[in-house]
Amino acid sequence: MSVPFYVSPEQLTRDRADFARKGISRGRSVVVSQSSEGILLVADNPSKALHKISEIYDRIAFAAVGKYNEFENLRVSGIRFSDMRGFSYDRSDVSARSLANAYAQTMGTAFTDALKPLEVELVVAQLGQKLADDEIYKLTFDGSLADEHGYVAIGGQADEISQVMGQSWKSTMSFSKVLKASVEALGSQNNQDQQNFDALRLEVAILDRNKSGRTFRRLTVQQIDTLLKTS
Amino acid sequence: MDFSSSFYEHLRQTQGERLAFKKDGTDQIIHGTTIVAVAFTGGVVMAGDRRATMGNYVAQNDIEKVFPADDFSAIGIAGSAGIAIELVKLFQVELEHYEKIEGMPLSVEGKANRLSVLLRGNLGLAMEGLAALPLYAAYDKNRNSGRVFSYDITGGRYEEHDYFAVGSGSLFARASLKKMFEPIEDSNFAIQIALEAIYDAAEEDSATAGPDMARNIYPVVVKVDSQGFEKISQEALANILTKILKGRKNRPDGPIARHS
Repeated sequence: MSVPFYVSPEQLTRDRADFARKGISRGRSVVVSQSSEGILLVADNPSKALHKISEIYDRIAFAAVGKYNEFENLRVSGIRFSDMRGFSYDRSDVSARSLANAYAQTMGTAFTDALKPLEVELVVAQLGQKLADDEIYKLTFDGSLADEHGYVAIGGQADEISQVMGQSWKSTMSFSKVLKASVEALGSQNNQDQQNFDALRLEVAILDRNKSGRTFRRLTVQQIDTLLKTS
Repeated sequence: MDFSSSFYEHLRQTQGERLAFKKDGTDQIIHGTTIVAVAFTGGVVMAGDRRATMGNYVAQNDIEKVFPADDFSAIGIAGSAGIAIELVKLFQVELEHYEKIEGMPLSVEGKANRLSVLLRGNLGLAMEGLAALPLYAAYDKNRNSGRVFSYDITGGRYEEHDYFAVGSGSLFARASLKKMFEPIEDSNFAIQIALEAIYDAAEEDSATAGPDMARNIYPVVVKVDSQGFEKISQEALANILTKILKGRKNRPDGPIARHS
C-alpha cells in the first residue's frame, strides 16, 4: 500500500492561490464603475465574439477575467439561476446578492475540492434606483466576496488600475466622463501604443438608470466613439 | 454540463413539476377569447378583447390576453386562462434566456418553433380540455415585414398571410377582416380594422366583449414594427373607438366593404 505524501493545508492553499493568481494575471483587465447615469462596464477586449461582459437580469450585469471557458460556464449558470428565480417567484425577487453568494459557493468549493481552482475573477453589479442603491460585488478565485463602492477593477493589473481610477472618479460623473476615466486607467497599464487603445479594442456595456425593465445595453463601436468624443 | 440555451429544457430537467397543472371540472376554468392579428407594410398589429368567462358567467371584464413576447414580437392567447398565462410567461423567459446566453436573439422562425415545443408539452392537459391556443405576431428584420403564426394544440405551427384570429369569436373576426383588409402601410388602418373585427366578434360571440366605454375598458392593442413593440395608449384607442362607435350609430353592422 502506498502512502500519499503529506502536504500541509497552508502549503496546499498557497500553491493553489499562486496557481490561480498566475492564470488571472495573464489576462486583460475589466473596470466596472458607478455613474450618475448608471453602471458602466469597460473591458480591454479586442474580440467581438468572446464577451467578458454580459447581461444577467433586468438590473444585473456580469463581468469577468481569466479563463474564458471557466467564466463562460459561470455566466451561463448565473443566467439560469436568475431566470429560474424570476420565473418561480417574481422578477423583483432576483438579486445580485443571492447570485454573488451562489458564485462564492461555487468558486470556494472549486478552490478547495476541485482538481484545480478556477482561474477567474468576477464582478456582479446591480443597478439601483439611485447611485447610493447600486450594489457591486467582486469575487475572487477562492470564493471570497467583497462589496465595492464607486469603481472596481479585476484582472492582471487590477491594483494599479484602481489607483488610477481613484484619482479621477467622482460620483457625479456622466457615462462619457466615467468611460474616459476607465479607458485612461486601462490604457495606463498597457505596454502598447496608447493611441491604439480605441473603440475597436473596447467592450463596453451599461446598466441604464433611465430605463425600466431590462436595463442592460451593449454599446456599438460608433456609440463608444461618440461617448469618448463628448466632453 | 449541457450547453442548451433553452430555459424550457433546463426547467423541465431540473424542476419538471413546476410545469404540471391538475384541475377538475373544465367548465370551472376561466377561458379567454378573441385575438386578432393584422399585418401592415412594415409591421403587424395585434388586438385582444378583455372578457374572461367561467361557464356562462363573466369571470373578469378587464383581463389582458395580448403581451409582448420580446422586443420585436407579441403573443395573444385564447383558452384556459391559467394555462395560457403560464405559457406566455414561460415563452417570454424562453426567448430572453436564449438571447442572454447566446448574445443575440432567435430568428423569427426559431421563436415560432419554440412556441410549438412549449405547446406540445401541454398536449396531455389540452386533451382533457385545458387547452391554450396562442397567436404569435413578429416583426421580421430581414424582410421588413410583420409575420403571423397560428397554432393547434399538438404544437402544429402555421404561418398566416395578412391577418388571422383565434378564440371563440375568431370565425366572426376573421370574416370581418376578410372584407376589410387591405395591404397598406398605414398602421392606424390595421388598428382600426382589428378593433372593428373584435366589435363584430363581440356581437356574435357571448364570450367576447366589445369596448366598454362606460368603464374605459378597451381591447388591448399592440403594434410591432422596426421600432419594436409598442402598446397603443388608452387615449389613442379612445379616439379610434369613438369614431368606430359613431360609424356604428349610422350603420350598426359596421363599414360597408368597397366593391369594385
